[in-house]
Amino acid sequence: MPVTDPSASHFKEPLLKTPFHERVRALCEVDSYVPWAGYTTVDVFTSVEHEYFAIRNAATLYDLTPMVKYRISGRDAPAYLNRLVTRDIAKLGRDRVAYCVWCNDAGHIIDDGTVFRLGDAQFQLCTAMRQIDWLLASAIGFDVEIEEVTERIAALALQGPTSCAVLKAAGIDGIDGLKPFEIGRFTLGLAPITVSRTGFTGDLGYELWMTPEAAEPVWDALMAAGRARGIRAIGSQALNIARIEAGFISPNVDFVSAEHSLRVGRDRSPLELGLEWLVDFDKGHFTGRRALLAERRRGPRRRLVGLDVAGTKPAHNALVYSSRTGKREIGSVTSAVWSPTCKRNIALAMVDAPYFAMGSTVWVDIYLNRELVWERRMMQAGVVERAFFAPARRRSTPPADF
Amino acid sequence: MSVARAKEHDAIVVGAGHNGLVAACYLARAGLKVLVLERNGYIGGAAVSRRLYRDFTYSNCSYVCSLLRPEIIRTLDLPRFGLQIIPYEGGCTMMRNGDHLAIYDNHDALRREIARHSKRDAEAYDRYSRDVMRQCKFIKPLLMRTPPDPASFRPRDIRELLFLARRFHGLGEERMYDTLRFWTMSAADFLDEYFESEIVKAHFAGSSIIGTALGPRSPGSAYVLLHHYMGDIDDTVGAWGFARGGMGAVSNALGASLQASGGEIRSSAPVAQILVRGGRAAGVMLADGEEIAAPLVLSNLDVRRTFLKTMSAGDLPDEFLRQVRNFKIRGSSGKLNIALDGLPRFPAIPEGSPCTRGDMHVTDTLEMMERAYDDWKDGRWSRAPYIDMLIPSQIDPTMAPYGKHYMSVFVQYCPYELADGAWTDAKRQAFGDTVIDTIARHSPNFKDLILHAEIRTPWDIENEVGLTEGNIFQGELTMDQLLFNRPLPGYAQYRAPVRGVYLCGSSTHPGGGVIGAPGANAARAVLDDLGRAH
Repeated sequence: MPVTDPSASHFKEPLLKTPFHERVRALCEVDSYVPWAGYTTVDVFTSVEHEYFAIRNAATLYDLTPMVKYRISGRDAPAYLNRLVTRDIAKLGRDRVAYCVWCNDAGHIIDDGTVFRLGDAQFQLCTAMRQIDWLLASAIGFDVEIEEVTERIAALALQGPTSCAVLKAAGIDGIDGLKPFEIGRFTLGLAPITVSRTGFTGDLGYELWMTPEAAEPVWDALMAAGRARGIRAIGSQALNIARIEAGFISPNVDFVSAEHSLRVGRDRSPLELGLEWLVDFDKGHFTGRRALLAERRRGPRRRLVGLDVAGTKPAHNALVYSSRTGKREIGSVTSAVWSPTCKRNIALAMVDAPYFAMGSTVWVDIYLNRELVWERRMMQAGVVERAFFAPARRRSTPPADF
Repeated sequence: MSVARAKEHDAIVVGAGHNGLVAACYLARAGLKVLVLERNGYIGGAAVSRRLYRDFTYSNCSYVCSLLRPEIIRTLDLPRFGLQIIPYEGGCTMMRNGDHLAIYDNHDALRREIARHSKRDAEAYDRYSRDVMRQCKFIKPLLMRTPPDPASFRPRDIRELLFLARRFHGLGEERMYDTLRFWTMSAADFLDEYFESEIVKAHFAGSSIIGTALGPRSPGSAYVLLHHYMGDIDDTVGAWGFARGGMGAVSNALGASLQASGGEIRSSAPVAQILVRGGRAAGVMLADGEEIAAPLVLSNLDVRRTFLKTMSAGDLPDEFLRQVRNFKIRGSSGKLNIALDGLPRFPAIPEGSPCTRGDMHVTDTLEMMERAYDDWKDGRWSRAPYIDMLIPSQIDPTMAPYGKHYMSVFVQYCPYELADGAWTDAKRQAFGDTVIDTIARHSPNFKDLILHAEIRTPWDIENEVGLTEGNIFQGELTMDQLLFNRPLPGYAQYRAPVRGVYLCGSSTHPGGGVIGAPGANAARAVLDDLGRAH
């Protein structure tokens, strides 16, 4: 009888390790890991608070390898992507990155992600969730090649006000000329790396793309160069605070993909998520266009907004009400955190029409565990723009050293 | 006649299958004096645990549990009466080329396993699960309800039809189309919409043919696949598990619950006739001539056996009887119960994989499955049968002596009648050998471990359990026999055309699979007719 395929013994260790695993494991003092897209990743290294402040005060390294990456190439690649996503990819220049969403025919979001234009007909698509089934199904009729390359590309996010200074100290010349959403190719030590000025923190920062072999040397070089500039490795929890402050959405937290939803009415459109600026109705046909046009005429039924909540306790899992009496439910909180930088109690919430209007007042119920006794508090909240924290340094070119 | 037997009964249930027992439990709890009559010396019908060889316990008909409604388990307090259901730990299909496809609980392990065969299928699996779950969400609330009669204008039927229409409409336009397609298309066509890999399709197609005289390419088989997904264990939808102590544990818990509610069970008491006097139920007559009076009779027997063999044609409408005769209830499954001296080795499966602690299969293409069906159509058992093979003793320590194992092998397809004449002992043995050879091709030490094997053809199952043709669902699960068409149009409300006679077996909505819902729904119909609360 034939010998069993050794790759079939993944049941012993279902999660993959990234090329940075040995490095992050050495620093993960509290042994707190979390699965992400099939990889084991660090949730907390030492302290969420200190990791968070490094994002807003110095520089941080975050292992981004599990981000699902696709290479999309071929003669029709631009046309294919332009039909897939709601933004106009024709306007995306070479070596530029665009944040995008893509929808099904009903105009409901499949996922969000970033499109990197690496050449005229060469793209990289980065997503939080695996998409090959949708991407291949959408490719019918296009001369395009789609390949998942997640395991072939190691990725790091270097974020924070001193991140440019760290890259300069590591010997990357010309990094300070890189504009937001621009891609540059550099060498770090001996390793060729691709750097994009992108990130999930809403702050000055970069994402670094390299071969798995280059992963450890690049990590070591950045840690060495960053030592005097306050660099730390951060886990997903610290990053999550920063992304809520930036008003960025997270799949399966702030919205459910239409590819996974079971219940009617759970799918979300870009208009409902406040992403109409990503929808280009003038570019010609794209998937979901007709449904989104109709929704625009009608007005969205609900909208993901920012909430500025009274008090200091985060409104985790809270329902949103139209008045203090709590008689009328008008939505629910999807993400909530105390913002240490804004000194505000912030939340993202999906709120029904017409209550989502900017400046209106809503109420949320917050459950507090006070020494094992639960108390319920009705707190007032103002509907505000989602970007709670948007410092000028995230865009300035060349960036300052801190 | 003893005094105890002469006492008044409010209702008699014919057959102590799980549905008969469920119906009896609900009636007893509503205050009725209920008597359950069982022809065998043990209760359970096809949900039994039997000791046929030394200290081995065989789940010798039904063998795994998922669909039994959680409402029934709770209301009848079955865990207190000993019912424990333990989920499988995996599943697999072994391939002819020595490879395999394993199913793991862990989502990442499962994705990587499917990706060994097709990267795209690994991700399409999520879409497949989503669509199956969406259909389950639609159908689950219908299980514990009496289907409406769409041709009736009675308020209850209109209400029920509206409920159905609202649920259906609530699906949204796109999913309404999906539902209609799902209920009528073939499993092969359905799976083709998701998967490209033959082995992946073959593995998931298995549940579309189990117990069914359809092939994976027959229209209607997609629904059968869904039927096997609509259960859950502890809220894990689609999960299957073992009843600790074998499937008899389900019936024994029901029996104990019934007795605790004051119900009575008589085994070795075969009912020969349901008695009708003055156009309504009068009781039953046993095979030995004993008559037991009761104004209500619930039959747990299938619709054919109830009306063609246990009632007088003279008591029934002619057209109704003609429809009963045409009810599709075809024997298509066999069963082997095997006592093993140790755990068989399966070289295709990696050492230590939990995927053998669940359902194992050896049919690796839809083509092979369809060919197995072709043999059945030709009136012979499949030369390369589809098998659903489990070794419950790996998980349940009560099934076999320490170090030994009990293997349950469900076999699809095996005809009720062979093209070359009646079943004989030699043919039964040859059928068993076909199955054993099939397994041995994937396990070199399997044959040496066999201590005892019970081989059951559809004919054996009919003769022992009473299921017509040995059909495990008490009738095919095709659209023409589902919902308000089950068992017959106009008779889907559990009531026979004779007042006081009811059907409570799997021939009625929502069908077989040890769901218990037919019994519960029938009891509710009885209580409604009595004007009693339930």
